[in-house]
Amino acid sequence: MAPSYVPLSYYLLLSGFLFACGVVGFLIKRNIITIFMSIELMLNGVNLSFVAFAAHWHALAGQVFVFFVMVVAAAEAAVGLAIIIAVYRTRETLNVDQVNLLKL
Amino acid sequence: MHLILFLAFGAVCVGGAVNLLAQRHPINSALSLIAVMAALAGEYLLLGAEFVAAVQVIVYAGAIMVLFIFVIMLLNAGEEEQTNGSRVAILLGVPGMLTGSVLVAWVVLRHSGTEAVPIGALPGPPKEIAQLLFHDFLLPFEVTSVLILIAIMGAVVLASKPERAEGKAD
Repeated sequence: MAPSYVPLSYYLLLSGFLFACGVVGFLIKRNIITIFMSIELMLNGVNLSFVAFAAHWHALAGQVFVFFVMVVAAAEAAVGLAIIIAVYRTRETLNVDQVNLLKL
Repeated sequence: MHLILFLAFGAVCVGGAVNLLAQRHPINSALSLIAVMAALAGEYLLLGAEFVAAVQVIVYAGAIMVLFIFVIMLLNAGEEEQTNGSRVAILLGVPGMLTGSVLVAWVVLRHSGTEAVPIGALPGPPKEIAQLLFHDFLLPFEVTSVLILIAIMGAVVLASKPERAEGKAD
């Protein structure tokens, strides 16, 4: 293998592993904040494949898409953490097993 | 050299992601997520995306994770408790992740095993990204500003104390 080349499949494998870790964190974690961080991990995995494909096909639009993903992630984090604060204020718990009703 | 750097950053990414799952305390998970994001910025540098790497460190590892850690400390989140539901979730989640990873690895290695990403071949300076962002993607860019505005208002409304609204009504 040429020293300055990293196969695209390696980047895709890393990206897929990060996404899978995010999915399993979403499933096995019971703390609502950790579940939220798992979602961020999934978004990061997708971003890596965006950038890898952008480099592979010489298309800068992939990098621009990463910015849009980051903007959506920032908005999602702001709203989601506000929801977490509201949930904690009414229920005094962060365990998702005890938050099974939308109404009080 | 690039392969060695890729493997080093990738090892940090994988270790951080696994550590995020293994830790019981949310603050430890948050710190390992910051490590994952910093290592991903290194991967972006290897792919020739310097601007994305800078934004990754500033926005993701900086702003968003500070927000997370603020909330963790504000709510004084402790270790998560084990319940019957979480044991079932582990029983289902870990094999599910293994199956998914193997499936993705099989597909990726089967279809793109010989392709390579040339490092540094893509000119990605901020000037060309700005050309794309403010010319070709101008409408989505403007729409995201509306999205951010709605998110700010939503966060303020959701996080404000409900008693204050009742007090006003009285």
